[in-house]
Amino acid sequence: MIDFKDYKNRDISVDYMYVEGSSNPTTWKEKFSQVVKRTLSGELFVGLWIVFREMVKFNIHTIQYPLEKLPISPRYRALHQIKRLMESGNQRCIGCGLCEKICIANCIEIGTKYGSKGRKVVNSYTINLGRCIYCGYCAEVCPELAITHGQDYEHVSEQRAHFTTMAELVTPMDQFRAGKQKEFPGFGAVSPNADENIKKTPLAY
Amino acid sequence: MDSYILWTIVKVVVILTVFSALAGITTYFERKVLAFMQRRLGPQHVGPYGILQVAADGIKLFTKEDIVPQNAIKPIFKIAPVIAAATAFIAMSAVPFLPGIIVSDVNIGILFVVGVMAVGMYAPLLAGMASDNKWSILGAARTVVQMLSFEVVTGLSLIAPLMMVGSLSLIDINNYQTTHGWIVVAQPVAFILYLIAGYAETNRTPFDLLEHEAEIVTGYATEYSGMRWGLFAIGEYANMFTVAFIAALVFLGGYNDMWFIPGGLAIILKVSALIFLFLWVRAAWPHVRPDQLMWLCWKVLMPLAVVNILITGIVLI
Repeated sequence: MIDFKDYKNRDISVDYMYVEGSSNPTTWKEKFSQVVKRTLSGELFVGLWIVFREMVKFNIHTIQYPLEKLPISPRYRALHQIKRLMESGNQRCIGCGLCEKICIANCIEIGTKYGSKGRKVVNSYTINLGRCIYCGYCAEVCPELAITHGQDYEHVSEQRAHFTTMAELVTPMDQFRAGKQKEFPGFGAVSPNADENIKKTPLAY
Repeated sequence: MDSYILWTIVKVVVILTVFSALAGITTYFERKVLAFMQRRLGPQHVGPYGILQVAADGIKLFTKEDIVPQNAIKPIFKIAPVIAAATAFIAMSAVPFLPGIIVSDVNIGILFVVGVMAVGMYAPLLAGMASDNKWSILGAARTVVQMLSFEVVTGLSLIAPLMMVGSLSLIDINNYQTTHGWIVVAQPVAFILYLIAGYAETNRTPFDLLEHEAEIVTGYATEYSGMRWGLFAIGEYANMFTVAFIAALVFLGGYNDMWFIPGGLAIILKVSALIFLFLWVRAAWPHVRPDQLMWLCWKVLMPLAVVNILITGIVLI
């Protein structure tokens, strides 16, 4: 442990590099020669040449947005998706309420009740997309991988409060039957090599 | 006499129309050239290749709400953009655009052009002072400082070629070059000085401090909207064309035939090249600080111009 006094007096020359600033000319002769050198060095023409070269090369980098779209990362956090169980097609959501609890924007509202068989069922699930900050906590906390973030970022609303329900977010049944529920890409889903990463929990020290 | 007046009116109307349209078309080319040089596409969606963007901009300018600020001095505020456009077009009346196309061949043509373009300085000055806006008044102050200073360089740089020709008429200057070749060969320094001063007087990029967005919003034009602002823009582009035509006429051989190219086409090509240079420079170079501008004008360009005149005089004698 280094003492504060020693810390203040330590040798910093190892880590620090001194950058020498440019020295301004002082005498009349130096000033004149600097002006002449800068005037005749032709740097301005280098600038002209570079932009002309780019114009002739015609290497356009514009993305014409509504017509062309850039690919986005699979971990991009756009509109939420609610997934179904692969085996049965039932909803994965068990109504545990963790997403509601962790939501720092307080935009998730989940209502549950006792179902006919005495099990907990979700009877209402709304997300206020106007409040949602797309932080991804709900997807991260979900124990059933039921809520994830998809990649559909093009949703607009006429009002600030824009509610969406589970029925709109859940994978439609016809698409699910056609095998179109994308399981792994998206924030909150397990990674493609999740099985390889599973390790047995060490029990004995 | 009547036919002379009629013919003059026709020429005036044609020149007004053509150059108002050219101002719009030049904005399109400016945006396209700048975009290509910066690896962008530029206007793309209005019409094929965005060519109707000019029409869209025109409709927008004409139909935009015309705002006169509450505390502005209203008559002066309203008349300032008219001065900008009017002086720019009046200056054109002594410029021979094509062989035989000149509104009035006054025998002091170039003096008239330079003088009327200098009167155009009142437009930004009055606009800035009448707007009741800090940015406007800063822009107006910069305008006066910059334009008055570079007026000196324009005048002095043009004196050297005029000494060689011995006439102030642009047609005489043009005819001189049929026998003696392009004046730029004999006066390269004057040509460069004139171009630099021309860029400063038309507020083009290396010297666009009087309406630089990052510093003073748009300078004197901050409070203007719609067609009043449009008149300033038309005036600026018309001035660009005048500067380019004067440069082509005085230094680059004017409308004389070039090898196999007929004279009318030759001067259009020269002016196009000079206008392209305006756009090219805007894409490539950063703008200078106001103090650097003043330093450049009074400590470099003006002495150079005076020395150039002296040397020309000694050689002529």
